[in-house]
Amino acid sequence: MAHETVAEEMSTERDVLFSAKGLEVAFPDMAAKPVFGRAPMVRILNGIDLEITRGSVLGIVGGSGSGKSTLGRALLRLVEPTAGTILFDGQDITHLNEDALRPIRRQMQMIFQDPMSSLNPRRRVGAIIADPMQMHGFDSISMRVDEALDHVGLPRSFRSRYPHELSGGQRQRVGIARAIALKPEFILADEIVSGLDVSSQAQVLNVLANLVKDLGLTLAFISHDLSVIRRLCDRVMVLQRGDIVEYGEANAVFAAPQAAYTRELLDAIPLPDPQQAGW
Amino acid sequence: MSAFLTVHNLSAVLHGFDQRVLRSVSFSIDTGEVLGLVGESGAGKSMIGKAILGILPSAISIIEGEILLDGQDLQKMKPADRRRLIGATAALIPQDPLTALNPSRRIEPQITNRLVDILGWIKSDARVRAMELLNEVHIDNPERVMASYPHELSGGMRQRVLIASAFAANPKLVIADEPTTALDVTVQKQILRLIRELQARHSTAMVFVTHDLGVVSKVCQRLSVLYGGKIIENSSVPDFFQGPKHAYSRALLAATPKYTDPDASLLPVDEAVIEAVAAEVLAADKEWRHGA
Repeated sequence: MAHETVAEEMSTERDVLFSAKGLEVAFPDMAAKPVFGRAPMVRILNGIDLEITRGSVLGIVGGSGSGKSTLGRALLRLVEPTAGTILFDGQDITHLNEDALRPIRRQMQMIFQDPMSSLNPRRRVGAIIADPMQMHGFDSISMRVDEALDHVGLPRSFRSRYPHELSGGQRQRVGIARAIALKPEFILADEIVSGLDVSSQAQVLNVLANLVKDLGLTLAFISHDLSVIRRLCDRVMVLQRGDIVEYGEANAVFAAPQAAYTRELLDAIPLPDPQQAGW
Repeated sequence: MSAFLTVHNLSAVLHGFDQRVLRSVSFSIDTGEVLGLVGESGAGKSMIGKAILGILPSAISIIEGEILLDGQDLQKMKPADRRRLIGATAALIPQDPLTALNPSRRIEPQITNRLVDILGWIKSDARVRAMELLNEVHIDNPERVMASYPHELSGGMRQRVLIASAFAANPKLVIADEPTTALDVTVQKQILRLIRELQARHSTAMVFVTHDLGVVSKVCQRLSVLYGGKIIENSSVPDFFQGPKHAYSRALLAATPKYTDPDASLLPVDEAVIEAVAAEVLAADKEWRHGA
């Protein structure tokens, strides 16, 4: 790079991979749109500041409608922010156009909530993992597909299977394999275990925890379930109606939640214990 | 007191396959009691609920066993009589509140239809009852909700509407098929409390299907753990959470996340445990074949 910006110097200092300042997102409210004229805007995120350091896992929690998925998508520039700045690896990506974004896209991958609808039912697992690599011009793709399958603990023979032949947990692991095959700097995981039953959930979480350790992945993990967050994340951000109500080290947040809303989320988790207080 | 619902030795097969999908399932539920059916996806827990309600997919048929509802053997009844009995005494709270409601009709007829069609109520009475029910499920503005379409309501509201409609005809038995998996935790808590409240007030017998042992510990008195369509452990809820007897149940419990215990790494159900339980199921199959 020809000249280093001040922001980049600052971020390398603390090794911040992703940061956002005053991030706002608003959508037009089509339900309230008059027959003529513009629809009024509904604010989804009200000025979010965040920093994700390299190699760390940030958990983003909140109820439905809290804006957690919108925040994730705004970071990846999948929805347009209405205000604020997003820095990825020191570079301002807030207003980059699609062409300029494309090389950066490889660096930030996403794992989706519903593995069935995010895997092409007509393509085999091998092709599903290989396609994005082909698009980004990787070499020795076949070897990389095997590697990715090894990483997520699926047998290599799964290359020739179709998504419908796999269980929910296995499908989700294919989703993870597709994301890590590109060797991205950053992965966004949006509610990736909420559709799975407990034993496959445990499997997928373990795979992800090991990958974070082995590959040094930086991860943003969106979930409505705090017990899943606890298992995986270093830092936690709690969102309520587009505002951050709590943001801190996971251990501190779980030991002594400051916000009433965090407390409420924690108390609402049904522990496998008939004696649990508050029920 | 005799049980309100008894399922005895129920087996079912998928057409064209040799293997049973329900394997000699037996349990019974008294009035006012909640039984949890627990298992991973594909264990057959929802299928049992569907078998009781007579809504199994056409590719699955019951090959042996009895379902006694209020003392009457459903398998021996004429289909029309059976439908009438089930419609009048049992109800379902489904998993996904959006697909369970007709998107092109307002809420009101979706609650009152059962009363009008099956119980022969007149429309105005049914409407009054629907309003009462929406009050009972803590909906503040029943008039508005009755005039709404499903897409205008939140997930929690839709599930309330479905609970109201399930309890509309004062059922003696309610099958709840993962009623909270589509909801977030705070709403889930409200809905579980609501279900408990209604179940207790009407002393309904209830089958609660879920994969979440945390949820079971909150709503059920007893539970049955299923694997491969076979019940592998029956237990009372307090005993179970003290320590399940079967190795598979223990593994399932260990896989349930607990935020209070961060260092406990989640154990996915061990392959060896799965193999053991699968072998157990197959052994039972062999025995069953010899018997038959």
